[in-house]
This record gives sequence, C-alpha cells and structure tokens, in this order.
Amino acid sequence: MENHSLLVDSVIYLGAAVLAVPLAKRLGLGSVLGYLLAGVAIGPWGLKLVTDAQAILHFAEFGVVLLLFLIGLELNPKRLWSMRKPILGLGGSQVLLTMLLITVAGMAVGISWQTALVAGMGLSLSSTAIALQTMTEKNLLSTTAGNSGFSILLLQDIAVIPMLAVIPVLGVATVSSPTDESGWLDVVIVLMVMVAIIVVGRFLTRPLFRLIAGANSREIFTAFSLLLVIGIALIMQRIDMSMALGSFMAGVLLAESEYRHQLESDIEPFKGLLLGLFFIAVGMSVDFGLLLSKPWVIIGLTVGLIALKAGVLWLLARVFKIPVGQQAFFAFVLSQGGEFAFVLFGAATGFSAMPSELADLLIVVVAFSMLTTPLLLIVNERFIQPRFVNADKIPEDTIEPQGNPVVIAGFGRFGQIVGRLLHANKIGTTIIDHNPNQIERLRTFGFKVFYGDASRLDLLQAAGLQHAKLFVLATDDRDSGLLTVDLVREHFPNVRILARAWDLIHVYQLKDHGVQIIERETFDSALRLGESALVQLGYEKHRAHRAAQRFRAYDSELIDKLYQVHHDQSQVISISQQARDEIERLLQEDETVISRDNDSQGW
Amino acid sequence: MNESSHRVLVLMAHPSLYRSKINKAMRDAIKDTPGITLHELYQAYPDFYINVRHEQSLLLEHDFLVFQYPFYWYSVPPILKLWQDVVLENGFAYGEGGDALQGKDFMPAISTGGKAEAFSREGNNYFTMNELLYPMQAVARRCNMTYRPPRVIHGSFEQTDVTIQMHAERYRELLLEYTRQGAGIFEPKD
Repeated sequence: MENHSLLVDSVIYLGAAVLAVPLAKRLGLGSVLGYLLAGVAIGPWGLKLVTDAQAILHFAEFGVVLLLFLIGLELNPKRLWSMRKPILGLGGSQVLLTMLLITVAGMAVGISWQTALVAGMGLSLSSTAIALQTMTEKNLLSTTAGNSGFSILLLQDIAVIPMLAVIPVLGVATVSSPTDESGWLDVVIVLMVMVAIIVVGRFLTRPLFRLIAGANSREIFTAFSLLLVIGIALIMQRIDMSMALGSFMAGVLLAESEYRHQLESDIEPFKGLLLGLFFIAVGMSVDFGLLLSKPWVIIGLTVGLIALKAGVLWLLARVFKIPVGQQAFFAFVLSQGGEFAFVLFGAATGFSAMPSELADLLIVVVAFSMLTTPLLLIVNERFIQPRFVNADKIPEDTIEPQGNPVVIAGFGRFGQIVGRLLHANKIGTTIIDHNPNQIERLRTFGFKVFYGDASRLDLLQAAGLQHAKLFVLATDDRDSGLLTVDLVREHFPNVRILARAWDLIHVYQLKDHGVQIIERETFDSALRLGESALVQLGYEKHRAHRAAQRFRAYDSELIDKLYQVHHDQSQVISISQQARDEIERLLQEDETVISRDNDSQGW
Repeated sequence: MNESSHRVLVLMAHPSLYRSKINKAMRDAIKDTPGITLHELYQAYPDFYINVRHEQSLLLEHDFLVFQYPFYWYSVPPILKLWQDVVLENGFAYGEGGDALQGKDFMPAISTGGKAEAFSREGNNYFTMNELLYPMQAVARRCNMTYRPPRVIHGSFEQTDVTIQMHAERYRELLLEYTRQGAGIFEPKD
C-alpha cells in the first residue's frame, strides 16, 4: 500500500515536472519557476493531487544538500580560502544588516524584540536552492555577482547554526535552557566531528574510491557517492548542524580528487530531481488560503521583504564594487526568503519565540518571495540588463577552465606513448582513463587525469574538451570509441580527432564516422620490424628504410582505394569475413605492385 | 710520429651504395684500417635523425676530416648537408668559443658523373671543379680548418674496374700516409 502510494506520488511529481518545466522554459521563465508553478498546480490550492507538502519538503531538502556537495566539488580548499574576504565581509554584512533592519521594523510595528529578532534572522537568509540553481542554469556562477552571491549564501548556511542555537534562549517559555557545560560539550563534539570529516575526507576517501572504482561497476560507484553524501549529512544533522554545510565540506575535501568529475556526473541527476521536487514542494506549500484572507498584508509584506533585501544587497553591491551591469542581478537573485526560514520559524514556534500565526504568515511570505525571484530576474533580463549591454560583458569562462590543448582518451599501452611524446615536448595534456591504478601514478607527473568513461559527454566537458585543439582517441573499446567520436564531432566540432585503429576494418569504421587522422596501432611497428628484417638480409639501412617508407605510402593509397570497395559491400558481409577478404585483396595488390626502385644513380 | 695526432675521419654519404662502383671501392679500400674511422652516414642514420653529440665527439677525436660523396647536382647528398647544418653548431665549429675544429685538415673526396673536360667553360657544366667546391672551401675556412686539395675522380661511367681499383688504392694510400705523417704530406716537397 505504502509502495503503491509512493509510486502514484512519483507519477504525479514527475508528470507535473515533465509538463511544467519544458513549458516554462519555452516561455523563457526558467526551470525553477516551472517547478514552482507545477507545485502550485498539483498542491492543495490547485488540483489537490498531493496534500502533505511539508513531508515532501522535508525529504526534498536533500536536493539542497546534494547541490551544496556539488558546489563544494567545484571549490578546492585553496579557492575557498581565497574567498574568505567576500564570505565574511560581504556575507556578514548582508546577514547582519538585513537582520537588523527587519528587527527594527518588527519592533516598530509593536512586536517584541525577541520575536522581531527571530523574524529578522529567518528572513535575512536567502534561498540557496533557488539562487544557486538559477545562477548555475544561467551559467553566471563565475561572474563577480555570481561569486559574491555564492559567498553570501555560504555564510548564510553557516549562520544558521548560531541562529538555531540562539532561538531557545529567545523563547518566552524556555523550559530548560542548556547549561553552559553541555553547551561547551556540544561545541567540542561539533569540532571533533568536523575534524573527523576533514581527516576522513582528506585521507581515507581516496583509497576507498580507488578500491570501489577498481570494482569497475558504475552503479556501485554511484551508490558509494550517495552513501558518502547522505552519511555526512546525517552525521551533521545528528549534531544539530546544517546538513548542507556538512555536504559542502565533504565536497570541498573531494574537490582535488581525481574522481571529482565522476562524482559530479553521478550525483548531478539526483540533485536535479530532488531540487525539482523541493521547488514543487515549495510551490505546494504556498498557503493561498491565507493569501485570500489577508491579501494586502501578505502582498505588502512580500513586497516589503523583497524591497528591503534587494535594497541592502544593492547597497552592498556598490560598496563591494560589483560591476554596475551585474548589480541588479545580484540584488534580485538573493532577494527572496530561504528554506531555512521554514526551519527557523518552525523551531521558534516550538520554543514560543514566535507566535504560530505570525510564523504561518511569514512562511507564506517567504514562499511567495521565492515565487517572485524568477519573475524579477526575467524583468531584469528583459528591461534592466539591456541598458548595460556595453557596460560589461559577462565573461564566458567556466569555474575552472582546463586549458590543455590535447585531451587523450585512453591511456593504455597506446595512449601512453602519445602522451609521453607530448609530455616530453611540454604540451599540456589532459587524460581520461577508466583504470584507477593508472590515474594515481600519472597525477604525480603533472598530467591532468580524469577517471571515467570517455564516451560520456559530461566527462568530456569536464575534461575541458571545449578548450582543446586535439582529441586523441585511444580507448580500448571499439563500439564506445565510435560513440565517443560521434559525441565529439557533434558537440565539439572545432576539435580535431586523432584515432588509433586496431585493423583495417576499424579504420573503415572510423572513416565512416568522419575521422580523418587514423593510425593502425600495429602498422608502423610491424613496418619497422620488416625494415629490420631487410637489413638483416643485407640491405643497406637507408635502402631498407626507403623500402619501408615506399611500402607505407603505397599502403595508405591502397587503403583509400579499398575503402571505396569496402563501402559498397560492408552492409552485406560480417566483419570477420571482411577481414579475410581484405587480406586477400591486399596480398594480390602487393604482388602486382612493381618494386620500382627510384634510388639515385650508381657512381 | 705520434700516431694519436693523425687520426682520419671519413664521413661517407652515399644513399645507395649497393649500386655504386667507385664509392663502394673507395669504402672497401679504407674499411677496417687502423687510424681511419669510416663513418657511413646513410647507414648510421637511415631515417636522417642525426645524433649531434655523437658526431661532435667523433670530430674532436680526429685530426683529418674527409667528406666522401658522389657529386650529385654539384653538391653534397642531403644527409651530408643535414650533417653540416646540425653538427657544425655555433659555439662548437664557429662563432664565439667555436674552436673545436681549429687546425684540423679537411678534404673532399668526390666522384663525378661528368668527365673532367665537362667542368670547364667549354664543357656542359660550365664551372670548374674549383669553383663548384667553393662552398666546401668556405666551410673549412669558417671552421678554421685547412682545406686540402680535393680527391676527384671524373667520368664515373667511363671508368673500368681497374682504374677504379687504382683510384681507391691511391685514396687509401693518401689517408694511410696521413695517419703516419700528418699534415706534412700536403707540404710541397723539395
């Protein structure tokens, strides 16, 4: 029964998302608004298909956890450390200033300072999910505004911890305030857990990942990735810390590991779905009843909240010198209330630090403010941004461009030689390989190595193929290699492909798929051995060399010729039959070739 | 005489010795002769990748450098030109500190297709051998080597086995004489 309803619910969510998101995107509204609207549509105020929005919201919060894990993966500790100034300065000012203003405003309308402070704390936070998802979707995370916005969100996630800690103290009916001692104990536990996560993340996960990658099972790798993230999140929750913060830490610790991109592409779909679910749940939880009964209060508060938050952000944007053209985006993208407000207000009513009517009201306001963000950004894009088109162009670089001119897929016995030659000539080379044992060693020699399957687009992107000039295909699977060729040709048309072929049939296949530079892996070495044979039979070395070279030239001509023949019958006969026919044809041709020696004259 | 100061290095460059008569005979005549190092460039570097350091150290170990080659198109075969380009480096053979070849002797040993008369204003080559070998003289001069009169055998196609054999023998004699007496063999005798 339970299962059944779960499946039915899944169908509803997935169906709503599948319908609403493409529609919203088509209308230029972005996926976040699509999810939100889908939520409204299936929720208690729409078609009433699902009613328990809170339970879903709780579950779907996990999407935020995964999102932060992925963000963490993009930031290695060094980069994070270099961001300490915007995080503390910009983030700190945003939270404190917004909190202060809201608290003052609340007290001005006659709310007790404790309650006003709780409201200020809750409302000062923005929605990590909405803001980050929007910035990622618009590829703006690497701009100044994106970076600054991210710094603020990060600080907010950290700020939740003291906020949650202080709420019981603000409660009127504090039953049992924690003694100082247990407070200290908590701090010690928190610190110990943090250290444990850092130690485990730093030193234990790598060998563990290598072990699991060695099992060569894609789904086990995915399972382990999820296990890692969920495990850390649960531990953090256990010690009353933000799950999102914990998974972010884990992400940062794994940012330098060679499995980063595999992790990214494994977690990504889960994150996307859960975040979507989260947005749907937010849409569902918007209490339109309250809106109908007190429309002006809610609209007024929502507008007021957004105006206040955006105002503070705009001010900070000017103080912290965010480029003029990005200031409006920066102010809008963080102008909404955040999901942590739900948590904080929930806790506050529990401790009687906030009357539940007010909490309900504010939760509706926060949910509403979330709805407005995508709309505000559309306004920004359509009407405000065009004025700044020339003021500053948004840089196109990704978070961490991999600028190597050559990407080698497959670093086995063949790819290695290519890689060594390039390495010896100081040409930057990025390597994709699915053998975990290789990776560790190569990294020590300064190669950029990515673990994974080269026939996956996301991995090719992660490896920076868009910045590369050449793609060397030396993987050891024929079919997936051809698949990779198609992918590269379709998505990176400017990248030239150089492919290793096993035999003539493979050469033909690669040619069929549009590859122009192909080398048979055994041809040149066999030719050299043949050359040595000639020398051993008494040929002068240079003569033998010329004979081999002449043969090589003749052979490549012949291949072009036979390729045409092959093309006409390849549909008809099997590969092994083709191979047999091919050698027959080759030998016949070789015989008829006049061993013309155009060496120089005698004297 | 100190034998170690009269060592001969023959750089032979013939791309297809198996069809050659004269250069093959000359090669066979000096092969395995004490004091004479025969270095066949097309054998050593069939793919034209010359080991520069090895070549330079060979030069340092010898006193008399001989270029032995067929005079195709008035010039050295390509590998011998490449050898000059990569081995005779600035700072080694010429330029600042480039005194590695200073005081050594240098001589071309050449076979030509045309007869002797052809290398004159009346002949179809118009220029004299002396004129056509200016580049060799220039190389020797620039590297502070002493340019010795070239050994030339003309009219390769008209030579008989006997005349070729005689030429090869005289070639061997000259080089052997150098190993015994050094540069003195080139001085005019009274």
